[in-house]
Amino acid sequence: MLGCEAMVKCLENEGVKHIFGYPGAVICPFFDSLLDSDIETVLVRTEQNAAHAASGYARINGGVGVCVATSGPGALNLLTGIATAFADSIPLVCITGQVESEQIGSDVFQEADVTGAAESFVKYSYYVTDAREIPRIMKEAFYIAGSGRRGPVLIDIPVDVQNTEIGDIEYPEKVQLRTYKPTISGHAVQIKKVAGVFSKAKRPLIYAGGGVHLAGAVSHLRDFAEKNGIPVVSTMMGLSVMPSDSPLFFGMVGNNGVPWANKAVAESDLIMMIGARAADRAVSQPEIMADGKTLIHIDADTAEIGKNAVPTIPLVGDAKKILKQMAGEDIKVPDTSEWLRTLEGYRESMGRKREKNKDYVDAAEFLELLTSCMKEKSIITVDVGQNQIWACNHAKVKEGTRFLTSGGMGTMGYSLPAAIGARKASSGRQIVSICGDGAFHMCMCELSTMMQTKAPVKVVVLNNTRLGMVREYQHYHYHDRLSAVELSGGPDIGKLAEAYGIRYLKLENMDGARGAVDEFLAGNDAAIMECILDPEALV
Amino acid sequence: MKRIYSISVENRSGVLAKIASLFRRRAFNIDSLVVGETGEPGVSSMTIVSSGDEHTLTQIEKQLNKKLDIIKVRTFAENESVNCELMLVKVHYSQNTRHEIMDVCTIMDAKIVDMSKSQMIIQMCDSPDRTSLLIHMLQPVGIIEVARTGMLALPRCFN
Repeated sequence: MLGCEAMVKCLENEGVKHIFGYPGAVICPFFDSLLDSDIETVLVRTEQNAAHAASGYARINGGVGVCVATSGPGALNLLTGIATAFADSIPLVCITGQVESEQIGSDVFQEADVTGAAESFVKYSYYVTDAREIPRIMKEAFYIAGSGRRGPVLIDIPVDVQNTEIGDIEYPEKVQLRTYKPTISGHAVQIKKVAGVFSKAKRPLIYAGGGVHLAGAVSHLRDFAEKNGIPVVSTMMGLSVMPSDSPLFFGMVGNNGVPWANKAVAESDLIMMIGARAADRAVSQPEIMADGKTLIHIDADTAEIGKNAVPTIPLVGDAKKILKQMAGEDIKVPDTSEWLRTLEGYRESMGRKREKNKDYVDAAEFLELLTSCMKEKSIITVDVGQNQIWACNHAKVKEGTRFLTSGGMGTMGYSLPAAIGARKASSGRQIVSICGDGAFHMCMCELSTMMQTKAPVKVVVLNNTRLGMVREYQHYHYHDRLSAVELSGGPDIGKLAEAYGIRYLKLENMDGARGAVDEFLAGNDAAIMECILDPEALV
Repeated sequence: MKRIYSISVENRSGVLAKIASLFRRRAFNIDSLVVGETGEPGVSSMTIVSSGDEHTLTQIEKQLNKKLDIIKVRTFAENESVNCELMLVKVHYSQNTRHEIMDVCTIMDAKIVDMSKSQMIIQMCDSPDRTSLLIHMLQPVGIIEVARTGMLALPRCFN
C-alpha cells in the first residue's frame, strides 16, 4: 500500500464520507487514491472555501470536517479558512500536499512553509516525513481536532511520502499522546459548589456560547434551563441554542446584541457562562461579569477561564458531561418568575422603535419574515457585515434550526461555502444562506459548486451596493467620510443567476414580500433572492 | 515580576519555533531561553524566563500547557529554584589592571580560561545576579564582549 492509499484508508476508518478540496500536482497521489474509495470529493472553486465548507459540514454533522489542498498557493489560500475555524473552535483536519522532501527549503515551484505560516492558528500541525507514520498521525489528528476545545489540525505531506510503499497498515484503535489529555468530567467539588450557588440565586442567568453546540450539549442545556426556569442569553456563536420564541430566551449579548440581553447580564446575580469566552465583542467590560455577582465559567479550555473574566467557580470540562453531572445533583433554584417578568419587561420597553423603510427592502423586517416562513430544523448560514447583525438580532430561529456564522474571525464569504458543506451533512433540511453584496462577491464563485453538487441552497443577497458595515463605521467614526465602500461595478445578479441556471427573484421593497418569500423557499432547488436595500441603512 | 518556566518537550523538529511563536503571537516577553537535552531520550528541556504582571504570567503557563509538544510545565519564582547561567567575558588588560582583574575573579569565583598579551576571557557560572555583578566590576577595566547562556533553573531540593 502506498502512503496516499493509507491516507484514504485512514479517512475511511474515521468514517469520513465527504471531503472538500482542490487538487494540484503534489496532492495528486491522494486524489488518485480517492477514486478507489466511496468518499465523495466536493471540488470547490477556491481553497479557502474548502475549509469553510468543511466547517459548515462539521458543525452540522457533529464530527470532524476534512479539507484538502495542494502545496504553495493552494495551502496558502486555505489559511484564512483554517484561521476562521480556529477562531470558532471548529474541528477540521486539513491536508496539504507538499513538494518533494528532498527539495524542501530550496524554493522550488509552489513551495511554501505552510505549517510555519499556520502555526499560530492551528490546534496542532504535522509535517509528515515518514509514510509509515501516516496511520498514527491521522488517528491523532482526528482525535485532537474533535476533542477538548475543538480546532483545526493541519497535516502537510510531501508528494514523495504519499508515493512511498509501506505495505499493509493497521489503523490504531487508540491514540497514545502523553502531552494531550483533555478534561472531560467536571471536578466533583466544583459541581457541588455550582449546585450550592444556584440554590441561593435570585436572578440566575445562563450565558451560552458556541461551545454548547460543539459539545452537542444543546438539549442538556435546554433541559437544565427549562427545569429550573433560568433565562438564557447567548453569544453570536451560541445562537440557536434555544429557539427565538422560547419564553426563556433573551437574545444575543454584546455591542451588536440586543439591549435587554446586556441588561440581563448586568442585573443578574449569578451567571453560568458555558462554552463562551467573554470575548471583546460579547462583553466590552469583562470585569462586570464578575463584579458583585457569582460567575460560574464552564469551558473545555483551561486557558479561557480567567483570561477575560475571573470566575467565582471555574469548571473545566466537556459542556455535555458537566450538564449531565449537574442533572445528577439536587439543584433547587428559587422561584425565578419575578426575574423573568422583569426581563420580559425590559424586552418590551427596550426594543428599539425602528422606522420601517418603505422605499427599499427593510432588512430587519425581511429577515424576520423570511425566517418565520422557514421550516423547523432548518439551517441558516449567515455572512459577515450588516447582514450578520440583522440576522443575529431579527432571524426567528425555530425549533431544531441551526444558525451558522463566522464569529471570532468575521471572515466575509463564509455563508455560501458553509451552506454547501452543511448540505452534505444533512439531507432534507432547508438551507438558507444570507449575505450582503460585499460577501457575495467574495464567495459567488461557489455558485458553481452549489449547482454541481445539486445543493438546494436558497441564497439571499442583501444588496446595498456598499460595504455596508464599513460604511456604517465610517458614518459614525469618520463623520461620513466614506472611503472605498462603494460597490457599483455590478454584476446584474439576475443575469448572473441565469448564467448559472439558478432560479432568481428580486425584491425591491416590502410590497409583496410574503409572496416572494414563499415562492423563494418553495421547491427543492437552489435559488437566489436579491433584496435591494437602502444604501444608507444602518443596523 | 519575573517567572521561570521549566518545560519538558517532545524532541521533535519545529518545537522551538512553535513555542517561540506562541510567545510572539501573544506578545509575551522572553527574557531568556535555554534549550538542552534531558536524561530521557526524546525529551528536551527548555528554561524560559519571562516577565510581566501576574495575569500575563499565569496566561503563559496556561497557553504553554495547551501546546501539544509540551510534556510538562513547571513554574517557579527565582527564589524557589537554583538558578545559574554560564558567562564568558573578554576584557582588555594591562600590567596595571592585571592584578585587579585577578582579585575580582578570586572574589567572584570566576575563572580565567584564555589570555593573550592584552586580552583575557573570564568564565563564570553563577546566578544571573552574580554574573551581572561581575560585568559591573569589570566595566572599569574595559570589556570587549560578553556572551551569556541565559538562565538554567531547577526547583530547590526539599525534605
